[in-house]
Amino acid sequence: MKGKDIRILATEVRKDIIQMTLQAGVNGGHIGGALSSVDILAVLYGAVMNVSAEYPDDTLRDRFILSKGHIALAHYAVLAECGFIARDDMLTFEKSGGEFPTHEEMNIRKGIEISGGSLGYGMSIGVGCALAAKRSDAEYRTYVLLGDGECNEGSIWEAAMAASKYNLDNLTVIVDVNGQQLDGYSADVMPIYDIVQVFQGFGFHVVEIDGNDIAQLEGAFAVRCLGKPIAIVAHTIKGKGIPEIEGKTGWHHASINQEQYESFVKQLEEAK
Amino acid sequence: MIEYIPENILRWTRLGMRKSFGGMMEDIVRDYEDIVILAADVASSAGLSRFQSIFPHKFYNIGIAEQNMVGIAAGLAKEGNNVFITSFAPFVALRAYEAVRVLVGYMDLNVKIVALASGLSLGSQGNTHYCLNDLAIMRTIPGMLILSPADCIEAAKCLEFLAGYKGPAYLRLTGIDGTPGVYKGDYCFEPKKNALLREGTDVIILGTGSILNECVRTSRALKQDGISAAVVDVHTVKPLDTDFLNQICRKYQLVVTVEEHSVLGGLGGAVAEYMATAGKHPHLLSIGIQDVFPKTGDYSYVLQQTGLSALQIKERIKQRLETD
Repeated sequence: MKGKDIRILATEVRKDIIQMTLQAGVNGGHIGGALSSVDILAVLYGAVMNVSAEYPDDTLRDRFILSKGHIALAHYAVLAECGFIARDDMLTFEKSGGEFPTHEEMNIRKGIEISGGSLGYGMSIGVGCALAAKRSDAEYRTYVLLGDGECNEGSIWEAAMAASKYNLDNLTVIVDVNGQQLDGYSADVMPIYDIVQVFQGFGFHVVEIDGNDIAQLEGAFAVRCLGKPIAIVAHTIKGKGIPEIEGKTGWHHASINQEQYESFVKQLEEAK
Repeated sequence: MIEYIPENILRWTRLGMRKSFGGMMEDIVRDYEDIVILAADVASSAGLSRFQSIFPHKFYNIGIAEQNMVGIAAGLAKEGNNVFITSFAPFVALRAYEAVRVLVGYMDLNVKIVALASGLSLGSQGNTHYCLNDLAIMRTIPGMLILSPADCIEAAKCLEFLAGYKGPAYLRLTGIDGTPGVYKGDYCFEPKKNALLREGTDVIILGTGSILNECVRTSRALKQDGISAAVVDVHTVKPLDTDFLNQICRKYQLVVTVEEHSVLGGLGGAVAEYMATAGKHPHLLSIGIQDVFPKTGDYSYVLQQTGLSALQIKERIKQRLETD
């Protein structure tokens, strides 16, 4: 995957996301949070992680755990762009009886490590994967993508304690801080007083960046800290890439029509 | 390998299933390199303190965080480890239920849940510590194997079996220290097959867990009253041994289920669901905890309160036989 132009990859993934949302019809898609995470995913798959579509079950592959499971469509898109999933299959998103529902089903051959959708569990699983690597001296790294709304779940903090206790310096947790959740702004629904300090308090080495900035993401993913897990607090914009919906509420989950689709593609092209 | 010698059996019975767990795993782990055990701040309660010092690299104390324990277990199992997790039954089965459903059941991972002191075992500690609906909810997870041993010997048999088993499983430990066993020594344990403990011709009692000790006493008492009651150890609650229900139970006029569990959804529920929908069947009597939070007290007190002592079970069966 490495060597692919990350910006081009990110734009393609964004186009895929709106195409999948259009194809899904009334089922719609979690478009807002998918778009905020695209740059994180593009950098991980395009430049950082040791994963290969040819050997998807290689025991030494880096593990990517999508904890904010509702943005599976963004993950399917990046997996399709990187050859894990056939494009036609990707477009079966949310089709009855298909392999690619709203929330992922574990499918290692397709690059999907866990069954997601119930928030708050990915970090515990990631701790298990990272612990397993330590036990067997395996050199893979585990990446977990959380949402900031998801951090309302207490199990995240149970996992944070454990990551620190077991000195999991082979674990990187990325929090996509897009500032919104289902019911609106996180500041109104349930704010976290200071997410950087909270992760530091749990013993993480914290890197705070603009999560829609490719260069800052590349820098953050290179950070290592002996004996400590890494938390990347990535400030992003919900709906990033499509100015019409950027930062607006109401796009957590939505359906779009053909006209909107065309307008969104145009906005993406112009923003490139 | 576990040795079923009198010295061990005596020690287990004195400790009860819960505190024997750790010692049994010390023997088992020598034959299974890939086993790791996770506990939620219950190492000493589960008899795991020595295990932890002998095998520090095979034991993780996750703290009082059952959901996280299930998640970490899933991650470890996903990467090829043979994972056992443990806590008191209500905390691992009820509090962490959704984690178990999704991360162990749905993801079909090799995690064995050892639920300590289920049923009414924790007596005076009260209803927060009783677990009277774990069978009911665990049964509804597709693919979940549910074992519920009658005594310490059978608990050891179940653990040995689970060490070599790959997939989601729930082991329900019941009884207290000193609860007499129903098995006297080594025997041939067949998972998923009901085991006949006592022969009988009038009534058949299907029991699960340590309450089988009361069931055997019930059968003896019934015999004195001229009623011949078979007693069967249903150590595997899921999958239910339906061949046994079809071929054996149908020969009796009354099938009684006895469990230290709510009458809703446990063994009685499972048997009734099956029998009621599989054609003509004998009369059914489900004995367990009625739909109440029992008054708390010593274990024997609560058994009495809930009608689960041998003589109370006997009376229920006699009454039923008279009215049928």
